[in-house]
Amino acid sequence: MKKAWFATLLTTLLNSKLVAMKKLIACTAIIGLLAGCAQPIPPEALQFQPDNLENRQLQSRKYDIKSEKELLTASNNVLQDMGFNLDESNMPLGVIVASKSRDATEAGQVAGAIFMAFMFGANAASYDKVQKIRASLVTKPAATNNPIEVDVKTKSGKQVKFDQQVPMPNSYIVRVTFQRLVWNQKNVLTKIEGINDPEIYQEFFDKLSKSVFLQAQNVN
Amino acid sequence: MLTKSNSARLSLIAVVAATLFLAGCQTMKERVLDSSADGQTSVQLRSIQTRSFDTSDKAKTMRTVIATLQDLGFVVDKADLDLGTVSATKLNGYALRMTVSVRPSESGKSMIVRANAQYNSTPVTDPKPYQDFFVSLQKSLFLTANNVD
Repeated sequence: MKKAWFATLLTTLLNSKLVAMKKLIACTAIIGLLAGCAQPIPPEALQFQPDNLENRQLQSRKYDIKSEKELLTASNNVLQDMGFNLDESNMPLGVIVASKSRDATEAGQVAGAIFMAFMFGANAASYDKVQKIRASLVTKPAATNNPIEVDVKTKSGKQVKFDQQVPMPNSYIVRVTFQRLVWNQKNVLTKIEGINDPEIYQEFFDKLSKSVFLQAQNVN
Repeated sequence: MLTKSNSARLSLIAVVAATLFLAGCQTMKERVLDSSADGQTSVQLRSIQTRSFDTSDKAKTMRTVIATLQDLGFVVDKADLDLGTVSATKLNGYALRMTVSVRPSESGKSMIVRANAQYNSTPVTDPKPYQDFFVSLQKSLFLTANNVD
């Protein structure tokens, strides 16, 4: 970017009038100063959006099982069935983090790349080659449908009413989230995204249901 | 065409402009220590990134932090109850990485939650994203986020 800018600056230097140049340089210098090296964070990045709630429902499932530990064991088995390797775990918080690297080539994209290479030379071609898929799985005790209504006075003297959730015995919620990073054939990162395909979550929880059942029967 | 003195003056201006451009970027020392992040002091940054919640339950606070991060589209990288830290990453065309730490206050009656975020390869120093995060967190905690002095 900067190189290209200087090229235009130099050509303009040779061709244009002094006053216009001074203005241009002053303007760009100011823009350069303001921009610095930073880019701004999108405002919605840490805001709760309506689709967050949709994703929560998509990514969560309730299971009736004796303990959180058993549920985590069953979950870990399913992740291993799917070829994930464990990166990180914390039993007291109910957290499992796993990942796997897989092929990312798609026939359509490769065909497109061949066309681009044919038209514009080999450098124009780009197709996805490898992807890293990450999963984090978190369990928590489920709450009953009858929360306790609490009415308290805060330190600042404000009256607050809220529903205190009551934990349900032998019932836990699993929430799993997937995301992926994709590199093209030149080893350049081309995609970083969350995975929100309902079918993927549906199938994951079907597998987990079976695993939970086997866990309860003590069949391994 | 330009006269000699004019072109000399022009090249001087160009050099100054180029220096200003480069000055916008930081040196390695500043990058490692984040010593000149928008002229903020570390005290200011801490108050932006920290809130206290009236609960003595560390595990519950941490579980709520994790649930909030998941709600916001993050995937957990690491979680440690003893140290009281959670790291998570959100990928959505950009990479947003957050580390949240939870520790009991001196009185033991409240939990102090500190979050710091990194957007692609820059630190997040703007107060607004942190406010958004703590608003989501306090909703899930059913508690009010208090500023820490």
